[in-house]
Amino acid sequence: MKKVFVVGGAQSPFTIAQQKTQVELFSETAMDAMASSNVKSADIQAIFMGNVLGDFSEGQAMVQAFAAESIGCAGVPANRYEGACASASVAVRDAFMWVASGFYDIVLVGGVERAASLGTPLATRTFAMASDRSYEFPSGLTFPAVFAMLAHLYAKTYDKPLQQVKEEMATVSVQSYKRGLHNEMAQMRKEVTIEQCLSSFMVSTPLQLHDCCPFSDGAAAVILASEDAVKRLTAKPVQIIGVGQASAGPLHSQKKTLPRIYSRELSAKQAYGMAGVGPKDIDVCELHDCFSIASLIAAESLGFFDYGKSGEAWMEGQADIGGKVAINPSGGLKSRGHPIGATGAAQVYEIFRQLRAEVETQRQVPDAKVGMTDTLGGDGGTLVNIIMKRGW
Amino acid sequence: MESKLTFEAYNKALKKNKLLGLSCKDCTAITAPPRMVCSECGGTNLDIVELSGKGTIKTFTLNSVAAEGRECEAPYTIVLVELAEGPWIMGNLMVIDPEVVTMDIIGKKVTMGKLGPKVFPGDKYSAGDSARPLFNLE
Repeated sequence: MKKVFVVGGAQSPFTIAQQKTQVELFSETAMDAMASSNVKSADIQAIFMGNVLGDFSEGQAMVQAFAAESIGCAGVPANRYEGACASASVAVRDAFMWVASGFYDIVLVGGVERAASLGTPLATRTFAMASDRSYEFPSGLTFPAVFAMLAHLYAKTYDKPLQQVKEEMATVSVQSYKRGLHNEMAQMRKEVTIEQCLSSFMVSTPLQLHDCCPFSDGAAAVILASEDAVKRLTAKPVQIIGVGQASAGPLHSQKKTLPRIYSRELSAKQAYGMAGVGPKDIDVCELHDCFSIASLIAAESLGFFDYGKSGEAWMEGQADIGGKVAINPSGGLKSRGHPIGATGAAQVYEIFRQLRAEVETQRQVPDAKVGMTDTLGGDGGTLVNIIMKRGW
Repeated sequence: MESKLTFEAYNKALKKNKLLGLSCKDCTAITAPPRMVCSECGGTNLDIVELSGKGTIKTFTLNSVAAEGRECEAPYTIVLVELAEGPWIMGNLMVIDPEVVTMDIIGKKVTMGKLGPKVFPGDKYSAGDSARPLFNLE
């Protein structure tokens, strides 16, 4: 297996509903990613793109092929990946495997989404399509409701007063807003207090508005290169040293492990094993905080904190810059935004920049050497982890 | 290989307030809602059985924001119920009073109501209707 490197990337601003098409959003971002990587359209051998709801948001399927032609890559194979919110991470993992195998040397991988353009009612309907349409959506299941049920189950399982869990969740959101405030590409750049979190609109008990990430439009892309190609492209590549992916059935089928998501534990084990590192080695992690409770659950299954204890860790600053592991210095899905088909690529791009010490100083993790991403699709149906280290 | 119990057959029975599952002849586990294989042992030696509709609440939420086309249903309570036979299934609870729908209902016993299930009539994306169990607190 050949070594695989991230050599450059780009992210569009993540925003509320806007007027650029998905082909335009992805093309602009891809051109920036290629420019930052010292590659031209003619160098790209294949395109891997996450996109979930383009058919619904703007009536455009097969966006990957039209984007390829738009950026001067007509003719190269272009694949669209759908793994709900983990789509772009599935694309990154597949792109990694093709480059590691020696089949390709330089590929473009990323994602695009216009989730905000759907509007909240249709976005809520279409996001729910990543739940079980036969046996769960009939009960009125939505994604806030999934994580709301996990929050109650979390409090019960670890025998914690619900009010304490709610304050821990609010602490997660406040930290994300605090870091995202300094991220120039973030959607929600504002300071929010614990009190504001706890007095915001109740979406699905116990989750309130500030526990939930926004619907977002946006794109992200990175260029992957083989060890043969990397030397002529950049002096500061970031190596992908471990990848993991696992699947799970609908929420009711996960009865033996909830509120833990077993696909995450399988995926993380693969990624740590391939990378030869453990949770203690991770300096910075972009994890899937679609809801504040999702952060607590994820940080425990990734091995950063004991089960039932991550809330206390957040409150003590152990999940922030300067703590045990810097979680979501980008602002995470909560503040940066969550254009679902692009999120995984934005996480990889964030880790790439963190390891190269290229983000805004207020949210730079000092001397970060090893980073990790965690992307969850649906209610655990698809889970991907990617571990990276400095490659120079 | 054909499915022993299809969604169509499960849904048709549930609309008559009959909750169906699959009993494994190899390991005796009950699988519900239906799957291709036994959810415990992966076996394919399955019989269709009618379940009691009794269980305990494992978790819940009182949801205020519904999907497009279902706004008039909100607010509603979703529950994950551990059936007496073992599987977890999702349904709605008859109660939507926020004073009652609290952490205290976790572990409470429920029974499928005699009024029958609720039926989502379907929308342009759903390829037809779909019933879900409606539970009462015992």
